[in-house]
Amino acid sequence: MNRLLWRKIVNGVMLTLTGICTVVTVSALFVILGCLVYQGGKSLSWNFFTQLPVPVGELGGGMANAIVGTAQIVGMAALFGIPIGFLAGVYLAEYDDKKFGFVVRYVADLLNGVPSIVVGILAWTLVVLPMHHNSALAGSIALAVMLIPIVTRQTEQFLREVPLSLREGALALGASKWKMIATVVVPAGSKGVLTGMILGVARIAGESAPLIFTALGNQYWGGINEPTSSLPVMIYKYATSPFDDWHQQAWAAGLVLIGMVLTANILARLVLARGVSVPRG
Amino acid sequence: MASQAVVAEQQPAVKIATHTGDIIARVVTFTFAATILAITLLLVYQLYKSSAAARAALGFGFLTSSEWNPVTDQFGAAPFIYGTVVTSLVALLISVPMGLGAAIFLSELAPARISNALTFVIELLAAIPSVIYGLLAIFTLVPLMRLYVEPFLKHTLGFLPLFKGPAYGVGYLTAGLVLSIMTIPFVISVSRESLLAVPREQREAALALGATRWESTWQIVVPYAKLGILGSVFLGLARALGETMAVTMVIGNVPRINYSLLAPGYSIAAVIANEFSEAGGTIHPAALVELGLVLFCLTILINSFARLMIIATTSKGSKRA
Amino acid sequence: MRRTSILALVGLIAGVTAPFAAAQKINAAGASFPDPIYEKWFADYHKAHPEVQISYNPNGSGGGVKGITDGTIDFGASDPPMSDTEIAALKGKVYHFPTVLGAVVPIYNVPGITQDLKFSGQTLADIYMAKITKWNDKAIAAENPGVKLPNEDIVPVHRTDNSGTTYVFTDFLAKVSPEWKQKIGFAKGVSWPVGLGGAQNAGVAGQVKNTPFSIGYAELIYAVHEKIGYGSVKNAAGEYIKADIASVTAAAASVKEIPADFRVSITNAPGSKVYPISSYTYMLIPEKFADAAKGKVVKAFLAWMLTDGQKSAPGLDYAPLPTSVVEKEKKQLAMLK
Repeated sequence: MNRLLWRKIVNGVMLTLTGICTVVTVSALFVILGCLVYQGGKSLSWNFFTQLPVPVGELGGGMANAIVGTAQIVGMAALFGIPIGFLAGVYLAEYDDKKFGFVVRYVADLLNGVPSIVVGILAWTLVVLPMHHNSALAGSIALAVMLIPIVTRQTEQFLREVPLSLREGALALGASKWKMIATVVVPAGSKGVLTGMILGVARIAGESAPLIFTALGNQYWGGINEPTSSLPVMIYKYATSPFDDWHQQAWAAGLVLIGMVLTANILARLVLARGVSVPRG
Repeated sequence: MASQAVVAEQQPAVKIATHTGDIIARVVTFTFAATILAITLLLVYQLYKSSAAARAALGFGFLTSSEWNPVTDQFGAAPFIYGTVVTSLVALLISVPMGLGAAIFLSELAPARISNALTFVIELLAAIPSVIYGLLAIFTLVPLMRLYVEPFLKHTLGFLPLFKGPAYGVGYLTAGLVLSIMTIPFVISVSRESLLAVPREQREAALALGATRWESTWQIVVPYAKLGILGSVFLGLARALGETMAVTMVIGNVPRINYSLLAPGYSIAAVIANEFSEAGGTIHPAALVELGLVLFCLTILINSFARLMIIATTSKGSKRA
Repeated sequence: MRRTSILALVGLIAGVTAPFAAAQKINAAGASFPDPIYEKWFADYHKAHPEVQISYNPNGSGGGVKGITDGTIDFGASDPPMSDTEIAALKGKVYHFPTVLGAVVPIYNVPGITQDLKFSGQTLADIYMAKITKWNDKAIAAENPGVKLPNEDIVPVHRTDNSGTTYVFTDFLAKVSPEWKQKIGFAKGVSWPVGLGGAQNAGVAGQVKNTPFSIGYAELIYAVHEKIGYGSVKNAAGEYIKADIASVTAAAASVKEIPADFRVSITNAPGSKVYPISSYTYMLIPEKFADAAKGKVVKAFLAWMLTDGQKSAPGLDYAPLPTSVVEKEKKQLAMLK
């Protein structure tokens, strides 16, 4: 066989294979969504959103407490994590401290890679143990620790992208450094920073492992100081049970959760795609 | 920022007010940046402290012992380390070739707009929560494995010790498969970036010399980007090691080492998730925390490698125009 | 549609933020063995007394004991009574209150088998020790003449968590198989030589339901409710008995005089028509509650449980407590502060 022909065949085959790899990977997403929509859609109902869970076998139960619980826990985590992450990101972007900056950046990336269950252990030792009981607070501390590095790095990345000309313009007009940051740089980078926050919150909203032994679960409404139910933990509990009606609920909850997460992700990236916003004034 | 200093010097009247504002801003943001260091140090400290009872009672034998018996207070990490490593390796064996293939397609072959759109879709895969992967795995993947895939493997490759034993449906192989879907977006994303960072001239030179598209890619571009690709592999590995929910739902939850991929096993993250809330006494919880410490060290190590490699590769070469 | 949705949302938020200060929230955790009847009791009691919310986490008997020892829950639940070591670790005095009687049944999923299978304790022990590996093993066939058993591997399923159900099951196995007693013993968690793991009764039942040719052990109601096949077990008198309320009650009746602290094991009880893997299950109630109001609520609940609560037990295939035991518990109830 002609050597050139052989090389051309190899070329065609390998490149087709790479295309197949891509198609398979992309279709995975659609298969996942398809399953969730099909199975979850069957069990989604008004009750699901408004009722508390009922004992097995009884009808009409829902996951209202889990939905609210997720909102409470994630909300508190955002309250703690976003300011810390944002301000840390501002520091890394604006104050060019070579050694300290490098260390913080490196550590933030490492913290980002810590398995969520280990973060759960941290929250357990810090909150559950001293308080002697589980609580939504413990869960939100765990999630906040996971949120901080995400927000920090995103904030830093997008603030750095603000052009030098904007900064120097502000300084030339007599602004002090902090005024420059607050009124020019941050608004300019706000789209990207906001994106980072939305993506971070979407990421922690889906976490189940750190909540399993911090916020635990509750058949009723939880609270800051109470064990609190959350969607991801409920999915885990119901999916691994033998009860068919619970399986249906797990699918429905899965659909709701992925709906929230994917919506946030798509929204965030669309916001980002519009580009860096023009500074005011 | 020399211009800054110059500007500040030229405004003596306003200097006092701005100076205070600047100091406050710097101090405040510095504190919050330092908080990240504090949190991480706290994490390490707590892991170390809370595992003290286990470390004292079990010593280094903890890492090699296979006995996990809460009743007699015998704890060994070996089955969990084994399970964590095996499932992660299976995941990589699947996700690296596929991920690299897809990355090559996206960076070399697909037009920019399609490439960006497809990459966006693939990155959405990374945003799907672990517990949802687990949910799908339990109800769709496990029956598939038990009814079709595993019997097929036993039929064709059953002479290998890797594929012995009954077809449970759950086990190392299934967990590895789920993990591969979860790690593939990372491999694709970072590899694609690394491939895109290879200078155009390299490709053009190869093609000018008569190479086919594939030869140019495989023999020139990929080796050029190999550090970044390797970094993506390590990143994927680090993610796979720490995955909890999806793994615990399909690995079988059995604290034993088994050489067959079809057998049920356990991973570090899974056992912590299952046993932590009701571990009683002093040694059992401490042993679980010690497992957490082991996992933490493992992921930190691998993440560090990954980051260094990625930094090394994206700093050389520029993006393809 | 949109307006009703908004109204509903507002109502939901109002419902959430409505003052729950008046609500008495009690957190309990422990055995999954009685979880179905406890859930029903707490729901029924909440209907009768809307200000009382008892939240129960069925994380296993071990979790109940741990919670009550650490003080992270208000009261616990456990199938086996606490051991002397566990009691020694407690900070204050804790009373055992038996609540119902239940049965641990061998559940199995063997496609093609519609009859009830019979197992002796020795057979079950051998299956879990991996001495019997196939369904059509001689030992199983001998106990089930006429049943066409398939030539498939048995997949044993056991608990991963610290479980009272495991304790009851292994307690029984240790009584009938000396080899089991010596090699593995009985406890809330043992080193299983073989098999898959599931968390809580629900997890084991789920695994068995989803895994063909598997066998597991779980509380009776999980098998009945989920229509999972369960076998009859050979009792001390040599009869093969399928678990039901009568046979479980007979097991309890074999103990003439229950000890004052209610700590007793009724597995492998002597007598006819006795189901050999029966057990009491207990609520672990501290003598003194840190919050006196909570203590009052729990005391009231227990009084209700001993009278009205017992009536709903048979509906969920649990046997109600013998009257003699109820009387003794009422006296113990008076001792709570």
